[in-house]
Amino acid sequence: MTELNKLTLAEARDALRKGDVTSVELTQACLTAIDGADALNAFVHKTPELALERAKAADERIKAGDAPAMCGLPIGMKDLYCTKGVASQAASGILVGFVPEYESTVSQKLQDAGAVMLGKLNMDEFAMGSSNETSVYGDSVNPWKIDDRKLTPGGSSGGSAAAVAADLCLAATGTDTGGSIRQPAAFTGTVGIKPTYGRCSRWGIIAYASSLDQAGPMTKTVRDAAIMLEAMAGHDMKDSTSADLPVPNFEAMLTGDIRGKVIGIPKEYRPEGMSEEIAKLWDEGAAMLKAAGAEIREISLPHTKYALPTYYVIAPAEASSNLARYDGVRYGHRAKLGSGDGINEMYEKTRAEGFGPEVKRRIMVGTYVLSAGFYDAYYNKARKVRTLIKRDFENAFAAGVDAILAPATPTSAFGLGEMKSADPVEMYLNDVFTVTLNLAGLPGIAVPTGLDSKGLPLGLQLIGRPFEEGDLLNTAYALEQAAGFVSKPAKWW
Amino acid sequence: MSIDTGTAAKVAKLARIKVEDDQLPALAEEFNRILGFIEQLGEVDVEGVEPMTSVAPQRLKRREDVVTDGGYQDKVLSNAPDAREGFFAVPKVVE
Repeated sequence: MTELNKLTLAEARDALRKGDVTSVELTQACLTAIDGADALNAFVHKTPELALERAKAADERIKAGDAPAMCGLPIGMKDLYCTKGVASQAASGILVGFVPEYESTVSQKLQDAGAVMLGKLNMDEFAMGSSNETSVYGDSVNPWKIDDRKLTPGGSSGGSAAAVAADLCLAATGTDTGGSIRQPAAFTGTVGIKPTYGRCSRWGIIAYASSLDQAGPMTKTVRDAAIMLEAMAGHDMKDSTSADLPVPNFEAMLTGDIRGKVIGIPKEYRPEGMSEEIAKLWDEGAAMLKAAGAEIREISLPHTKYALPTYYVIAPAEASSNLARYDGVRYGHRAKLGSGDGINEMYEKTRAEGFGPEVKRRIMVGTYVLSAGFYDAYYNKARKVRTLIKRDFENAFAAGVDAILAPATPTSAFGLGEMKSADPVEMYLNDVFTVTLNLAGLPGIAVPTGLDSKGLPLGLQLIGRPFEEGDLLNTAYALEQAAGFVSKPAKWW
Repeated sequence: MSIDTGTAAKVAKLARIKVEDDQLPALAEEFNRILGFIEQLGEVDVEGVEPMTSVAPQRLKRREDVVTDGGYQDKVLSNAPDAREGFFAVPKVVE
């Protein structure tokens, strides 16, 4: 058998059920891999004792014949998820020392399904970033390496992507507000799905932009994404925006048969100056789906170019409101006060010390666009354009399109620090292909389909109809089978 | 739309984030770049378009307005930087 930490969820699940391996052995293999991978800075709070305790309990359950889908499978948890008794600080200095008294719904569901949490994973502060460089823990590093440079694993779920790609865990949780699952998946040769808005409960996941945030799995294969999403999804009384819909058996829907499906190719996703490699990858992906029996049809999503500016009004606006709770009163950091400092100085100093530059920037942009006199010009305008962006997709689906194929990222992974001096807007452009479907609430999945000329992974993105993740996963499965991407990063860490 | 240092200071104050005076010009410049990027929304014709309030077509779930949980004073206070006698403690608010 290969090294246990290198197994997929499906392989490990089957081996556990056959009795070929125990959860304790799987967990031990991952813990050893994690301890040898500090150079990646992916796991920022390790919980080995808790993991082994849960692994033992999982082995008992399996022995007793009670083995739900995720039972005994070791996974990593993004630091954005509140986990009872385990530090949860959204990679922010303002939540230093915060240890929740409660468990997020999604991590609880995974725990109930028997999954074994190995620890908390690095990310961009409050999920605001596309390179994992805004983290209070320092940069997470991409296990893919082609020269002396350290590359970004993407963001904001950078630690999750790095950990899965480096086989530190069998899978990990992520969250996606503007591309934070799909972009890091594409940068690391892994699979990541952002489900339909409402599919997973947001309760207990530290909020960034509540109308856009969604939890999702980051995995080694499409099959694993199907298995893990099923365990994470479902209605929750504690989140009124979670959908009261049955969760299908997604794995059972993976037939690979996509004959007769209509795949839309949006012409607006081919901006001028698009890299030739990305264009070629996209064409090849379309050809693979066509060869599998799908019909390829050019479509138009005319408001695509306005998605990023819309996002950079709505997300900061919601963030400025959500992050108002970090005031030094109820949890986390409080600034040391000078004599004569009152409550306003406490708020202002606490927030100045606790938040990093990108988070402050977005809070203040959000404050500005919501302030008196600008609310209509910016915030309401953006909400109207958002309606139009969603309508573009609705029109495409109404015309018979089953899924949309697009690139996941404009480039392969870039070097850490290379964008440091860049304009913030330049970093925002990383989300150009991913952000549209957060605005429309749609499910999207990134699937690795090839390597660029430098030898770095590239991914394509499939976008599906609302609440039809099963069909979307099946199309992704067909693409995965056709692309046959099997490359792994060479171990240097 | 151009943001000057006075506006930047006002926004920082509204957001309750202390920004030193010598940082204000750089902050104003950043705002201008980001807002310049957002300005392109002005090109879009939104005549008669409703602003989105919910991305999902469904109505939010209702429930009875009753107490369903609670009684966790110790847990609620356990992460507070300063808690005394069952309360969150803050600097004096009223003179």
